[in-house]
Amino acid sequence: MMGNVTYDDAPEPRAVICTGLAYSFAETKAVDGLDLSVRDGEVFGLLGPNGAGKTTAIRCITTLLPVPAGKIHVFGHDAARERMAVRRLLGYVPQQLSADSGLTGRENVALFARVFDVSRRERARRVEQALAAMDLTAAADRLARTYSGGMVRRLELAQALVSAPRLLILDEPTIGLDPIARTNVWEHIDIVRAATGMTVLVTTHYMDEADQYCDRVALMHRGRVHALGTPDELRRGLAERLGTEGPLPTLEDVFRDVAGSGLDDQAGDFRDVRSTRRTASRVG
Amino acid sequence: MSEAPVAPRPASADRVHPVDLDLLVTPPRARTGWRVLPARVLAMCAVELQKLRHDRTELYTRAVQPALWLLIFGETFTRIRAIPTGGIPYLDYLAPGIIAQSAMFIAIFYGIMIIWERDAGILTKLLVTPTPRAALITGKAFAAGVKALVQAVVVVLIAAALGVAMTWNPLRLLGVVVAVVLGSVFFSCLSMTIAGIVLTRDRLMGIGQAITMPLFFGSNALYPVSVMPGWLQAVSKVNPLSYQVDALRGLLLGTPSHLLLDFAVLPLAAAAGIASASSLLGRLAR
Repeated sequence: MMGNVTYDDAPEPRAVICTGLAYSFAETKAVDGLDLSVRDGEVFGLLGPNGAGKTTAIRCITTLLPVPAGKIHVFGHDAARERMAVRRLLGYVPQQLSADSGLTGRENVALFARVFDVSRRERARRVEQALAAMDLTAAADRLARTYSGGMVRRLELAQALVSAPRLLILDEPTIGLDPIARTNVWEHIDIVRAATGMTVLVTTHYMDEADQYCDRVALMHRGRVHALGTPDELRRGLAERLGTEGPLPTLEDVFRDVAGSGLDDQAGDFRDVRSTRRTASRVG
Repeated sequence: MSEAPVAPRPASADRVHPVDLDLLVTPPRARTGWRVLPARVLAMCAVELQKLRHDRTELYTRAVQPALWLLIFGETFTRIRAIPTGGIPYLDYLAPGIIAQSAMFIAIFYGIMIIWERDAGILTKLLVTPTPRAALITGKAFAAGVKALVQAVVVVLIAAALGVAMTWNPLRLLGVVVAVVLGSVFFSCLSMTIAGIVLTRDRLMGIGQAITMPLFFGSNALYPVSVMPGWLQAVSKVNPLSYQVDALRGLLLGTPSHLLLDFAVLPLAAAAGIASASSLLGRLAR
């Protein structure tokens, strides 16, 4: 199975390099020897079912969790040793709806301008631009608790963008959203990326989204990467291996192929499911 | 740069003009060294005031209890004259104690907000900003101080309306502000420390309820330390609330007090609180 992992060593700059990352909660090995390399400027999808270790990996990269084993570098900075330097490069949108519902959209974004040291002189204009990029100018002075699920996600993107990050990290950005809101969120991610050239690292368990919007994807299962490449490469690879004719298999087929059986039995523990459902119900 | 760029999608119909994003590609200049802390404290305090501006319900509902203390307890005990106050009306004696109490009540439940923010993902996101943990806790603690201060103003106004003779000397009032904020910093950090240990709202709620009364009655807020039994005097000696009340009484009423000692103990207690809450914040990040 591990033969599928290709570790590319092209001379391009790397946004994220993870080598041998491991993290355990009590007896559970959430991440178990993760190798990952995200290129500068790409949209990189980390895919897998609940409990595959995606969120834990993300939390290590964002410096929320320590790095007990292995190494993480973000644009050359060690995530364990240079936390502040890494954080200055990051825009992070966690899985939960993390905008403060008691503040207006503008105030939510302004808070993040403040904690990223945006000068007073620039603050109002920067906040305005971040809100405009997410089409929230008209709703900027409403309390966030009046926003729809898709609007809250866009507000969180605006919060992440206001500090001009080089790496945008999105943990399940479309979880619990209806299909139209999902497309809308992705369109906004695309617009920002086209305008700023920032790297996007996104986790999702929606394989169709990854297929459509990610430049490259890594399929993660039980704490490891089991396949890596462009969605097209992975699908063609599987078609060739199976020798099937006709329409290409989907990413989901690829995933079933690399992960093997037993997928459904351990797809996320109770806590995962609870937090996912809570997010979904808050969005809904 | 990547081999498979995302295909250009048709722009949304609702996007009438392209947005100018020039500022979103230039990272802001990082503050360094000592400048980080005041900037973060300011940011957290601003958020607290913005929230208060949007929803004043809490400000009003929290004014009920101190008003009742002053009105019922204060007026009654002024008549009974059972408590030695050093010659001033009991209501006057009580008012600084109630200011300190209402500030403490706000601060002691601040940890619940931290847990709520953790569950909501707000705290998680703040932890991924260039904000050292101690700066984040200090910011939150001073935000609690600002909230308590707004509440204190309300209680001072109620007390003034009931005829309590307090100073209007701006220098003394500044001292009152400092005492209220430092006391709130300590009690909110105590609360956030407990939050870092127990990690759930229900448990924190129970512990908060359990410790507020002893802190309140084991202080000089209602009666002088001299009338307490020996063991309670010992409790009062290590209770920062006593020093806060002593300072407020001395500043607002001009009664004999130990301002030097009070303003030595309060910053020390605040600093100790910040240190312990910061060291436990990591548990909430997990």
